[in-house]
Amino acid sequence: MPSCREITELLTDYAEGRLGLVHWLRLQLHLGMCSPCRAYLRQLRATAGALGKLPSPEVPADLQAELMRRFEGWKDRR
Amino acid sequence: MGPPAYQGAAADERALVARLRAGDRQAFADLIARHGGSLLRLATAIVRNRSSAEEVVQEAWLAALEGIDGFEGRAALRTWLFQIVANKARTRLRRDGRSVPFSALSSPDDGEDHAPDSDRFDGNGAWKDPPGRWSEEDPERLAQGVETRAAIERAIADLPAAQRAVITLRDVEGLEAEEICSLLDLTVANQRVLLHRARARVRLALEKHLAGGR
Repeated sequence: MPSCREITELLTDYAEGRLGLVHWLRLQLHLGMCSPCRAYLRQLRATAGALGKLPSPEVPADLQAELMRRFEGWKDRR
Repeated sequence: MGPPAYQGAAADERALVARLRAGDRQAFADLIARHGGSLLRLATAIVRNRSSAEEVVQEAWLAALEGIDGFEGRAALRTWLFQIVANKARTRLRRDGRSVPFSALSSPDDGEDHAPDSDRFDGNGAWKDPPGRWSEEDPERLAQGVETRAAIERAIADLPAAQRAVITLRDVEGLEAEEICSLLDLTVANQRVLLHRARARVRLALEKHLAGGR
C-alpha cells in the first residue's frame, strides 16, 4: 500500500488524467480512506483552478505605443 | 471538425491574420489586446526581470510580423506567438549568461529540490502535519481576493525558472502538456515533475495564507 507521501507525489498526474490504471486504482483506494490526502488533492485542484482565473497583465501604454511604432516601420518595409 | 465555437474562433483568427498581412494597423492592435498580456506574462516567467521581459516581447512581436507570411495556421496563432516568445526569452537568457537548461532537472535552479511538503510526513510516509483546512477553496473566489491573488503571484515569482514557466503555461494560460514540452524543449516526464513541484509550492503558499493560525 503506497504511503501518503507517495500518494501526494502522484496527485498532479492524477488530476491531469495521466496516471496508469494500476496507480490510479491504488490512489482511488487510498483516497477513499485518507481524508488528509483528499484535502491535499482538493487544495491542489483549487490552486491550479485559481491560477487559471488570474487576470492577464496589462500591456503598459509605452510598450503598446512602441509596438505600434514598430508596426508602422514593418509596414513601410513591406 | 471541432465544435462550432472553435470553428468560429479559427475563422476569426484567419481573418485577423489576413488583415495583418494586408498591413491593417487595427488588426495588430487587436492582436496585442488579445494576446499581449499573456505573452508578457510568459516572457516575465522565463526571464523574471520585467524590463527584460518587455524587450523580449518587443522582439517577439517584431519577429511575428516578419514571419506572419509564413504562418500556416497549423498551430493556433496563440501557440505560435508563445513559441516565438519562448525562443526569444531563452535567447535572452543565454545572451545574459543565465541560460536555463529547462530539461535538466539537475540544474542548480531545480536540482536538489525536494518536494516542499517533505518534512510533513513521518518515517513511514504518513502525514504527521496534515494539510490545514482552507478558509476558501473555490478557485474563482481565490483569484478574486486581492491579498490571495498577491500571495499566488508572489509564490509563482519565487519559483525556480523552469517550474515558473511550466505552471504559467499549464495552469495560468491553459496550454496542453504536449504544447508546453514543445515550447520549452522538455520531456513529458520532466514537464510533469516540474508542474507537480510548482503546484505543491503554490499550494503551500496558499495554505500559509488561508490557514492562518493552523
